[in-house]
Amino acid sequence: MTSWLKKLLPSQIRTSGGNKKNVPEGLWAKCPSCNAVLYRADLERNMDVCPKCAHHMRIGARRRLELFLDPEPRVEIGAHLIPVDHLKFKDSKKYKDRLVQAQKATEEQDALITLMGQVNGVPLVASAFEFRFMGGSMGSVVGERFVQAANAALEHKIPLVCFSASGGARMQEALFSLMQMAKTSAVLAKLNEAGIPFISVLTDPTMGGVSASLAMLGDVNIAEPGALIGFAGPRVIEQTVRETLPEGFQRSEFLLEHGAVDMIVDRREMRATLSSLLAMLTCQPAPAGGNQPAAAEPPAAD
Amino acid sequence: MNLNFLEFEQPIAELEAKIEELRYVGDDNEINIGEEIARLESKSRELTESIFADLSPWQISQIARHPMRPYTSDYIERIFTDFQELHGDRAYADDLSIIGGVARLEGRPVMVIGHEKGRDTKEKVARNFGMPRPEGYRKAKRLMEMAERFGLPIVTFIDTPGAYPGVGAEERGQSEAIARNLFVMARLKTPIICTVIGEGGSGGALAIGVGDRVQMLQYSTYSVISPEGCASILWKSAEKAPDAAEALGITSARLKELGLIDGVIGEPLGGAHRNYTTVAAAIRTTLLDALAELEKVPTEALVERRYERLMALGHWDSTEA
Repeated sequence: MTSWLKKLLPSQIRTSGGNKKNVPEGLWAKCPSCNAVLYRADLERNMDVCPKCAHHMRIGARRRLELFLDPEPRVEIGAHLIPVDHLKFKDSKKYKDRLVQAQKATEEQDALITLMGQVNGVPLVASAFEFRFMGGSMGSVVGERFVQAANAALEHKIPLVCFSASGGARMQEALFSLMQMAKTSAVLAKLNEAGIPFISVLTDPTMGGVSASLAMLGDVNIAEPGALIGFAGPRVIEQTVRETLPEGFQRSEFLLEHGAVDMIVDRREMRATLSSLLAMLTCQPAPAGGNQPAAAEPPAAD
Repeated sequence: MNLNFLEFEQPIAELEAKIEELRYVGDDNEINIGEEIARLESKSRELTESIFADLSPWQISQIARHPMRPYTSDYIERIFTDFQELHGDRAYADDLSIIGGVARLEGRPVMVIGHEKGRDTKEKVARNFGMPRPEGYRKAKRLMEMAERFGLPIVTFIDTPGAYPGVGAEERGQSEAIARNLFVMARLKTPIICTVIGEGGSGGALAIGVGDRVQMLQYSTYSVISPEGCASILWKSAEKAPDAAEALGITSARLKELGLIDGVIGEPLGGAHRNYTTVAAAIRTTLLDALAELEKVPTEALVERRYERLMALGHWDSTEA
């Protein structure tokens, strides 16, 4: 059986014992929405948006910022902060072990990455959640890194942008994680007082404690198409309330309709939209440049 | 009195039933059984003392949710005078799971806001079991901003299983409503005193819980997620709730030890529901003390201190020297 055909077949009807090693890992990808089989290089060139149906796949924090920021300059903020298991929390597994596992799998120390840089020449601080790190959950390090990102924005008087992707608070840090909601919201209140814009970009998924704090507090809230965004998870709502969930419930389009977000922006339009928006909010001339970081124009000299 | 004994209190319940029985018999009996009753009563007290001396976090969470536990309205009645309830978020509805209004605390006008669970079935339904929808949080925010405007300190009482997970609540922006309250409370230019009186259920509790002094009743709980919820996610079984309660450290004693709350208010033997008056008086004392201290601090310094406290929350390591 040819390898591409093998990928198409559901695993139950595949014959076992086939030589899987002949297939380079991840040469092909399948769109979870339209099931189209895509050549991974094409998909990557398209910012992990399905070329067939425009489904936005989840992407990691580094890649997110890579796609968003101009290549130069970039300075990482808060990388020195690393998580500790203050409570010696243990469920079916030790928190300590979960951290090590997540760190190995993601090559990150925790679930929030921040870079100071530019988008089409507009200077800003940009943070992104790493969903693969324990579901992008917010614990002490995520909270503190977010605060340091906001403080950098305050210090340099440049806007803050945060791409959220999180299941919510990190249970393994118990009440300390709940308190990160208050902490991150407080620093945003300070940003607000200082007249520094904060744009929150909600990506798939943004739920629970992250949604109910920093992610909903943007001067402008932007959602990627089709992202799941809400406070309570759809399963929790179904189970506890026994209500039938309406079509498209808690998706970006639903949030736009109900007034929770300002706009839905395609990932491929993110740079142009945000740089234009931020330049206006900070009273700067319109930025030149497009949606590919590599193609970005150098900042206009003045 | 039917005290609605919890499962771990059954030995006490049995003794109390025996005492009741003896009292009933005693009415038409010549034999002096007063002595026997006194003996049993002291035994019951001793038993209660020994059981309550060593409660597990899971048992404490049962007391925090006790159906007879005093609610916000019970405390308002006993602690304040001239309470004028204010209703509505001015946008959509009046959410009865949060009550609020102006009142006097020993003559001093304050704004009081708290979750309210409802006592009987009809009231529980009307108050949605103390689980607010966005309009509840927005009502609270309206009252808190009003308090700032008129220089009234804010007193909140926290007692909720959590924010309501419903379709309407999501449609009307549950996340934003909670987030906005955190945002506003962080910078309000008036003293805020928060007391957890029963269940401090996650974001639904925190949304009226950012303050200059945060305290808990002895047998109340405060947690990022309910023990049941945590157990079903991390242990894949709701039956592990007692383990989850232990791991989450949801009790007043543990949270005080961790530096997450400022004070613990003792409860009468057997829990707050055994004596509303005593607990109310104890809370009242702490409110007066806290207020006296907070009102001495200039407003700007007060807000800055609250902010610094929030910024200090959490534990991490640094790879920088």
